[in-house]
Amino acid sequence: MAELTRDDVAHLAGLARIDLSDAELDRMVGELGVILESVAVVQQSPIEGVEPMSHPMPIVNVTRPDVVRPSLGADAALSGAPESDQQRFSVPRILDED
Amino acid sequence: MSATTTDATLAWDDVLAAFDPVLGLEVHVELGTNTKMFCGCATEFGAEPNTQVCPVCLGLPGALPVVNEVAVESAIRIGLALNCEIAQWCRFARKNYFYPDMPKNFQTSQYDEPIAFEGFLDVELDDGSTFRVEIERAHMEEDTGKSLHVGGSTGRIHGATHSLVDYNRAGIPLIEIVTKPLRGAGERAPEVARAYVATLRDLLKALDVSDVKMEQGSMRCDVNLSLMPKGTTTLGTRTETKNVNSLRSVERAVRYEMCRHGAILKDGGSILQETRHWHEDTGITTSGRVKSDADDYRYFPEPDLVPVAPTRETVESLRATLPEPPAQRRKRLQSDWGFSDLEMRDVLNAGLVDLIGETVEAGATPAGARKWWSGDIARRANAEGSTDVASYAAERSITPAHVVELEGLVTSGRLNDSMARQVWEGVLDGEGSPTAVADARGLELVQDDGALEAAVDEVIAANPDVAQKVRDGKVQAAGALIGQVMKAMKGQADAGKAREIILAKLTS
Ligand SMILES: [Zn+2]
Repeated sequence: MAELTRDDVAHLAGLARIDLSDAELDRMVGELGVILESVAVVQQSPIEGVEPMSHPMPIVNVTRPDVVRPSLGADAALSGAPESDQQRFSVPRILDED
Repeated sequence: MSATTTDATLAWDDVLAAFDPVLGLEVHVELGTNTKMFCGCATEFGAEPNTQVCPVCLGLPGALPVVNEVAVESAIRIGLALNCEIAQWCRFARKNYFYPDMPKNFQTSQYDEPIAFEGFLDVELDDGSTFRVEIERAHMEEDTGKSLHVGGSTGRIHGATHSLVDYNRAGIPLIEIVTKPLRGAGERAPEVARAYVATLRDLLKALDVSDVKMEQGSMRCDVNLSLMPKGTTTLGTRTETKNVNSLRSVERAVRYEMCRHGAILKDGGSILQETRHWHEDTGITTSGRVKSDADDYRYFPEPDLVPVAPTRETVESLRATLPEPPAQRRKRLQSDWGFSDLEMRDVLNAGLVDLIGETVEAGATPAGARKWWSGDIARRANAEGSTDVASYAAERSITPAHVVELEGLVTSGRLNDSMARQVWEGVLDGEGSPTAVADARGLELVQDDGALEAAVDEVIAANPDVAQKVRDGKVQAAGALIGQVMKAMKGQADAGKAREIILAKLTS
């Protein structure tokens, strides 16, 4: 596996909308590198001929009928929000996008 | 951000002389299911904010999504109607991104295993020719919440201090239909784009899977465009113009992007791969964000949902529910009804096809159904700001049976044409059924031949000169006498019968 670079970390931080200082970026390259290295051990597993698995149970087609069930209600829905206004979740504006 | 600067554009003819356009269209359709894609929340349009939300669609910890079976059936039916293969086995995937309109921080979508793939839709152009639009895939996903940007002056994000989010729409089932890159449309590329979206809309309406209202956002179109220098076959860099939400805008956006790309390429510049925003008012696009790579979304199979594996029996039973394709249906009805191309086009534009169909089924002649539904009632609906005669009529309890009854009164000889018009007016005024209106207004052709003969005798006696002309063989002179007779009868006579009696008296 290719080494994690400082640019990779900066790119990921941008996607996750986390503002990292230069010092934090440097630190994260090291810390994330250690994590990746540790996890990379699984890549040594002999997987020849083994199909990738996305679900532990071999079941398909679990569906529900298209019948309306009660929703939470706006008060309950908003109760966990740090801020709300006009019965809506209030969030900081997202920069650089329209 | 340069929303105010206008990009250079190349003249249309110069674009066509130097480049071939390559089009790609992505259409998102909100399904008309009762509940959301993965939870039982209602999908009612226009509900109070955050009243149709639950732990699943809010992405609260521990919530378990379960797929809506009707949404899967609708997706398969759409795929089949688009002549697609239906996957034997496919999964949902998480598309990870951080934006407040998705509370889970990912959108549940399908990635490399769409439910439907490799299809086509034949699109009829204005000149009657057909363009085959190849479909790459149709996949299931969910809609996002709606943000309201506050603090700014325009409701847009610039100048906004924060955003208010309503998650009622988050989780509503969406089908995304993606075409292959469409080449060879040339100067007709804008028309092909519009015709494709219009044809797709008609098809989805016929399938009854969505209300496909572009103005309400239940059908949304993204336009991908690139140019290839003539004589080359390598695809150019494309831009994706988002949320082009009317048929006319689809056509204009394609044309505009062709001219904008043309200007850049002609100058030796290169196209930036980015999303563009369409501005309905000015007819231009402006730069949006630089497009993320698929890698950036870190797609992976959704562990909370099991695969969808429709049996071939299920697929075939859904295929049996497909309606007749709209274009084919139009052709069949036109020939059944004996309408000219012009008449059929008028009927289509007025949205009268279903209403005329029901009226013919109820026993009226096609010509009669067309005449009564497209005359006074269309004018009235129009004058009152309604563009849809069918719903205008339904609101006033005016039904196909009324047209059948009115026509019956004419064929039975009770009413002549001008009386029938008066009766129809009464029906539209809410005075009741045609028979009731005719009774109330005392409208009835005089069936008493004696009264008619007496009137004819009087008119002949009063107009000896004219009568003599008719006797001399100038049959057309009888018209003046008929007019006088009808006047004497106060319009309540059968003009044909009056003519018969006059000619019998003067020429035998
Ligand atoms: Zn929900």
